Amino acid sequence: MTQTMIEAGKLNVHFGSNHVVHDVSFSVAAGEAFGLVGESGSGKSTVLRCIAGLVDSWDGVLRVDGKQLGHRRDKEFFRQVQMVFQDPYGSLHPRQTIDRILSEPLAVHGIPDAETRITRALEEVALPRTARFRYPHQLSGGQRQRVAIARALIANPSVLLLDEPTSALDVSVQAEVLNLLADLRQARQLTCILVSHNLAVVGHLCGRLAVMQGGRIVEILSEAQLRAGQATHAHTQDLIALSHELEG
Amino acid sequence: MSRREWLLSDTPTSRAQAKWGRRYQTWLAFRRNKLAVAGLGVILVMLVLSLLAPVLATHDPGVQVLSERLQPPSAAHWLGTDELGRDTWSRLLYGGRVTLGMVVAVVVLVAPIGLIIGCVAGYMGGIVDKLLMRVTDIFLAFPRLILALAFVAAMKPGVESAVIAIALTAWPPYARLARAETLTIRNADFISAVQMTGASPWRIILRHVTPMCMPSLTVRVTLDMSSIILTAAGLGFLGLGAQPPTPEWGTMIATARRFILEQWWVPVIPGIAIFMASLAFNLLGDGLRDVLDPKQR
Amino acid sequence: MTQPLVEIQNLRVEFPSSSGGYNQAVRGVSMSLGREKLGIVGESGSGKSVTGRALMRLLPEAARVKADKLVFDGVNVLSASERTMRGLRGGRIGLILQDPKYSLNPVMTIGAQIAEAWRAHNKGGKKEALEAALNLLEQVRIRDPRRVLDSYPHEVSGGMGQRVMIAMMLAPNPDMLIADEPTSALDASVQAEILRLIDDLVSARGMGLMLISHDLPLVARFCDRVAVMYAGQVMETLPAQDLHHAEHAYTRGLLDCMPHLSEKRARLPVLNRDPKWLEPRS
Repeated sequence: MTQTMIEAGKLNVHFGSNHVVHDVSFSVAAGEAFGLVGESGSGKSTVLRCIAGLVDSWDGVLRVDGKQLGHRRDKEFFRQVQMVFQDPYGSLHPRQTIDRILSEPLAVHGIPDAETRITRALEEVALPRTARFRYPHQLSGGQRQRVAIARALIANPSVLLLDEPTSALDVSVQAEVLNLLADLRQARQLTCILVSHNLAVVGHLCGRLAVMQGGRIVEILSEAQLRAGQATHAHTQDLIALSHELEG
Repeated sequence: MSRREWLLSDTPTSRAQAKWGRRYQTWLAFRRNKLAVAGLGVILVMLVLSLLAPVLATHDPGVQVLSERLQPPSAAHWLGTDELGRDTWSRLLYGGRVTLGMVVAVVVLVAPIGLIIGCVAGYMGGIVDKLLMRVTDIFLAFPRLILALAFVAAMKPGVESAVIAIALTAWPPYARLARAETLTIRNADFISAVQMTGASPWRIILRHVTPMCMPSLTVRVTLDMSSIILTAAGLGFLGLGAQPPTPEWGTMIATARRFILEQWWVPVIPGIAIFMASLAFNLLGDGLRDVLDPKQR
Repeated sequence: MTQPLVEIQNLRVEFPSSSGGYNQAVRGVSMSLGREKLGIVGESGSGKSVTGRALMRLLPEAARVKADKLVFDGVNVLSASERTMRGLRGGRIGLILQDPKYSLNPVMTIGAQIAEAWRAHNKGGKKEALEAALNLLEQVRIRDPRRVLDSYPHEVSGGMGQRVMIAMMLAPNPDMLIADEPTSALDASVQAEILRLIDDLVSARGMGLMLISHDLPLVARFCDRVAVMYAGQVMETLPAQDLHHAEHAYTRGLLDCMPHLSEKRARLPVLNRDPKWLEPRS
């Protein structure tokens, strides 16, 4: 039995009078990749942002690596948990060079040897050296997402939260980024949670996934069950049917 | 490799090279804006003239020659004399020291205060925001000159008091502006991403939020330059700013305004100086805003 | 066969670049469209949207547009007067954009906006216009059209907003619809519904449809023909049902690099861009 890395128990989120996440519970083992699937408004991104500490109005239990999480997270937490956002155009500071963006986590955590670490991080995500002193707007969407991945991994986290990391990218670039994520996950033994509306993408990267609808988890199933179409809930069946239909 | 090539290299090998390359490119972009360069030139010329006032002045700015009052420009008095027979050219030079000094001092004081208050209010939100913005509202609610008057009256009249008084009354619009800018980016992913590094709120505000507010603030500051000069003049006119016989552009106009019909050059010459300074600051600010944004290049 | 609705021959579009030269966005595109459904597919930067906009002359002033032929139903778009173009845009050609949030006026009720669109191209009073708006909302299969008529754009969902957009575009009875990524901002289930709606309306009214999208399988399902664009050129045009037998390496690559639900692959094949694709084609 492997150790549990992330655990959510009876997680509820309110935005004002809006109850957006209802009693969500799941756990992710160390080194596992877990998917959260659902349509827009299903609360999947909100769950992820709760774990990341970017949403404040939640109650329930959240544990990472056995430690219970409070509403305020300490620096140690952010060394362990990192996130990649959906929109590579919006998640990089428009007035900072890639070099500056990548050195920020190192400066915050007081990690020495920024020079070699940045060079290595860029190599790891297959970005050319010339990208280092560029601004985000001088890079393509795929390159920017690579920068975002490099930033997330530069302080050696053990958990990577991925919020629709490829949905703003072209399919050919999506393939490259998914391959990169798969490689990095294996090389660094990362625990991942991937939020996506695309079943095929989740199926490609994750071993297990939860299907969300209206703020609730309606079903948790394995990748094999997903591919075999062994879903019990009607909403999951709909999503799978739709996905197959589009593959033609 | 020439220095220019080194600076413009597409593949800088070190941070220093990248930094200097960026500065050089900023300068190149700035240079393309002819009006902004002209503005910078005028400001530099004015600063140099003011600094060299003791050398360039033809007369003592404080000496009154009542037999030569209200003279038109001539060989002896290049820009004429005022109502007390003081040489306008010399007073303009010395006055530039006071006026430009006040403007610079106000800006140096005001912009950071407004920026920090606005960014903190916008970023923190909640009770901090409410508190800071109510204070801002209170300052905004008073007419600027009246509030400045009250401050100067409470302290002793003089240039330093005037600077502090103007600074205290000028920051609220900057705070408002900075807060509005901060609110638009507060929930942006790139700020969330910085939060995910574990950086403290202060670090986020100072290093990541304030740079986003700089362009609009720069423009606002340069647009305010002329009104700062005029507020200073108003205080001087009421006897609460620069004390006579210290020359100051605003006061020079204020005391000479009754001669506008007969000896028009007496108030008009300092007026032109104020106009030139304001325009130059505006042009410079416009140019700066454009080059400060890396996306514009 | 009658004369095609749209004829494009050797279309070239260039935008000024920051370094002073010109960037070629479209490099010699030729296609023709009858009253049929043509899909234009490509990645970002392939020039697919620019092609659609050139046809409506909606490109920024700085753009240089050249073509041997750019004709919509007998009207030469390159030389037509601005007045004629206004009649085409939103009159004979309807344009549906990606996000209805940005294309609808946030401070006007939906009914008023559709009525305005209708009155711009039809003669009639306010009452008739509102009636027409109601009728149009029914046509785009909105369940409670009276309620939607009085709501504001922010009060309806993304899918509903897109339906409203379509209703607005149908108001002047256009001959052709250009849909530029009409469903990219929507959930997959809503996506299918909207495309089915567009499909039905286009077939029922006998319009031409130009569906511009990055989503190859989706386009193939709803269109008769598909033109695949890369770097400002059409790589190949083929009947939609033959897509899976596409010959061009680029089309094949695009289809191949998507993850599939039906089969597990450890690695996704990566698209190798052949420099030969960039060479001008005849």
